[in-house]
Amino acid sequence: MSPFRGVAGAIAVAAAICTGLAAAPSDTAPITHVLNRIGYGARPGDVERVAAMGLTTYIDRQLHPERLPDPEVDRRLAELETLTMTSRELAERYFVPALMERRARQRAAAENGEAGKGKDQPPRDRGNAMNGPRRVLAELGEQRLLRAVYSERQLNEVLVDFWFNHFNVFAGKGPDRIYVTEYERDVIRPRVLGKFRDLLGAVAESPAMLFYLDNWMSSSEKVSGTFFGRRPLKKVPDTFSRRPTGLNENYARELLELHTLGVDGGYTQKDVVEVARAFTGWTIDRPRTGGGFRFDGRMHDGGEKVVLGQTIRAGGKGEGERVLDFLAAHPSTARFIATKLTRRFVSDGPPAGLVDRAAARFQETGGDLRETVRVILTSAEFLAPGSRHAKVKTPLEFVVSAVRASGAEVVSALPLMRALNELGMPLYLCQPPTGYADTAETWITTGGLLNRMNFALALTDGRLKGIRVERDAAPDTGLSAQALGSPEFQRR
Amino acid sequence: MLSRRIFLKDGGLALVSLGFAPAFLARTAEAGSAPRRVLIAIFQRGAVDGLNMIVPYGERSYYALRRRIAIPRPGSDADAALDLDGFFALHPRLAPLKPLYDRRELAVIHATGSPDSTRSHFDAQDYMETATPGIKSTRDGWLNRCLHARAHSDATPFRAVALAPRLPRSLQGTAQALAIGRLGQFGIRGTRGRGGASFEDDYAASPDRLLKQTGTEAFEAIRMLKAADPARYRPENGASYPRSAFGEALRQIAQLVKADVGLEIAFAETGNWDHHVNEGGSTGQLAARLDDLARGIAAFTTDLGNRMSDVLVLTMSEFGRAVAENGNGGTDHGHGNAMMAIGGSVRGGRVYGAWPGLETHQRFEGRDLAVTTDFRDVFSEVAARHLGIDDASPIFPGYRVDRAKFRGFLG
Repeated sequence: MSPFRGVAGAIAVAAAICTGLAAAPSDTAPITHVLNRIGYGARPGDVERVAAMGLTTYIDRQLHPERLPDPEVDRRLAELETLTMTSRELAERYFVPALMERRARQRAAAENGEAGKGKDQPPRDRGNAMNGPRRVLAELGEQRLLRAVYSERQLNEVLVDFWFNHFNVFAGKGPDRIYVTEYERDVIRPRVLGKFRDLLGAVAESPAMLFYLDNWMSSSEKVSGTFFGRRPLKKVPDTFSRRPTGLNENYARELLELHTLGVDGGYTQKDVVEVARAFTGWTIDRPRTGGGFRFDGRMHDGGEKVVLGQTIRAGGKGEGERVLDFLAAHPSTARFIATKLTRRFVSDGPPAGLVDRAAARFQETGGDLRETVRVILTSAEFLAPGSRHAKVKTPLEFVVSAVRASGAEVVSALPLMRALNELGMPLYLCQPPTGYADTAETWITTGGLLNRMNFALALTDGRLKGIRVERDAAPDTGLSAQALGSPEFQRR
Repeated sequence: MLSRRIFLKDGGLALVSLGFAPAFLARTAEAGSAPRRVLIAIFQRGAVDGLNMIVPYGERSYYALRRRIAIPRPGSDADAALDLDGFFALHPRLAPLKPLYDRRELAVIHATGSPDSTRSHFDAQDYMETATPGIKSTRDGWLNRCLHARAHSDATPFRAVALAPRLPRSLQGTAQALAIGRLGQFGIRGTRGRGGASFEDDYAASPDRLLKQTGTEAFEAIRMLKAADPARYRPENGASYPRSAFGEALRQIAQLVKADVGLEIAFAETGNWDHHVNEGGSTGQLAARLDDLARGIAAFTTDLGNRMSDVLVLTMSEFGRAVAENGNGGTDHGHGNAMMAIGGSVRGGRVYGAWPGLETHQRFEGRDLAVTTDFRDVFSEVAARHLGIDDASPIFPGYRVDRAKFRGFLG
């Protein structure tokens, strides 16, 4: 270690003590608390590292992940080639061939008089299963877990989980399996500490969300089938090429209820319909082939709309943009987002005063998520001893924190993904648009607890293929199955 | 709760852990105060299209508004609806349930639903599972409140079981309920003689109430299930469950019923009913889901045989779907829906409820099947007449339970 870093660390500790945030050397509880809340728990050595720089410095650095080098993650992700591919490339490389193969099988089955029989059978991936479409989700999940375990940008990873969950899409719904890589990488990840409106807009235009909540096929009631329907795809038999006509309210409803105002945010069924009309024409250019966002004026309902008393003038794609502007700036949205963030970082019953301050900060900064999160992470409520261990770990938080605490080497994260399936929290496969719940009673069940104990045993026994643990060292460090499966470790 | 704990600590489980499982099981079976009646709640998540499930083929509008997805009138087609009473018919993929209807063991309650008009899946499921429409702050589920109302001294950890990785809202609350993904994997695995016992001690000694209680219950349950030996289970009477998650859940519920581990309420769920696009008619997406549902329930009733005299299966879904098909060959979120009740206590062979009609002026908000039976009237009839709960009003806060409003599908 460089002598300068030691000096700088000592100064930081001194400074932090002056601000009242740093722990006395003997009291590591506040540091452990912060590591548990803004990240996925401590690895061996983390508490000392944070003590050296001071909590204030640590939190501030976490709020600026773009300044933190992350070579360990870069190295580990380098070989996962699907992570950097566009949706179109993923479709061409993995999904279209699988689709063609399935169609061919169905045709063959039909000709053999077994019509429909092949339909329910999963596509067989010839040879190595990991060269088929499943590889895409497997690598994406691997990526998420490797980052959660190894990234220096822990807060950033927690927020990616938070915002993906807030704007949940289900990778099991048709071409969403193609789009979800791009969705997390290009839509969610770069914006988790940016402006809410920017994130909201990127989500609204994402093929992943347009497909998941059906907006891509929502069109003006007046449009008949004559424009559409004839866009034959030469190469790909596209079941979605039959163009829809008619309004679909799904996205509009969840935009109001789950993405912005919240269910008690003061809107009506009429508003849902008006918002849906404003977003007609926000569609996807050929989903089966991984195509991108497209505004189709022919599908758009050009009439006037009134959303929560606000008249949206006719204006093509701009109507949707204005609805998003209006929703992002609405006080109900500030309150809804502030409540959810406070619940995530502080407690299941978020302190009202802190929610108020976070909502106010959200409003006055024009929805600046970094500043909103900063209010929460630097609050007395967040650091209060009563907040420690107030949260139960979700399965994702449990699995990742167990791996971090044990100092295990993750060669392959697949067994961790399997564990999450068993614990009821499969990555990218939460079906409802609500995302996963963030409260204790959802996750602490008898069966769930037994699964957690079983995971702790399998991990520390070295029974998870692809996860290496120093078995002899474990009991000495206190990171035995007993510790990882204990009641205390289920909280953060 | 307290009495159950005393029983578990001093009674049955002490016997089990000492290796006297048969004596314990005999005691459960003989216990006079232990209720024998079992409720199996099946939630069709995603809002099943009740109008294509229980088809009102006597309605002109049904065919006028569903040109692409309507089920053909009974007898009009090889894959037509199956007539029930001259007006309603079953979707052809529900054929496995037709014998139950004919034997008067299956009743339909149509045009049921919530007084709340939400078309949000999340809210509507929440309202139905808490049985408090319009109120989001209700802490526990209606089935959990049934457990409280039915408290008795011989309760076991298997009183209420959801065959699911997570406890559904219906069963959440302060009364003990179990969520089990797979019976066979329930337990501590691979401890090679260590681990399990000390985990149990750790949880028992924890000052953390939630974790202590849940952990303790987990270890109680392990011992009971071990005694019941689920690995050796074989369905009876030639029952053949579909090889789906839902079929598997029902098969395991049947195991629990027959193992006499004290099951009172079981919960299973089935998903993928949200057909906004290409719903299909007699064949297609909805048909495939109904096929799974019907074959699962039929296998369950076959497997249980005479035990069905004590068992009620009740299906539910958060809301119905719009009367008219949408532009995508699917149906959008609607309002009223249909429920099915199957079992020995059912006065079956009838479609219950006041049919509101499907003409524009008869529809809810001009577009959906209107609700003429509050779902809480169905639930409270089940609580009162099947579960034997004399005063069901605490289960339905803010609602007046009125026997005069019971539809009478239970004897």
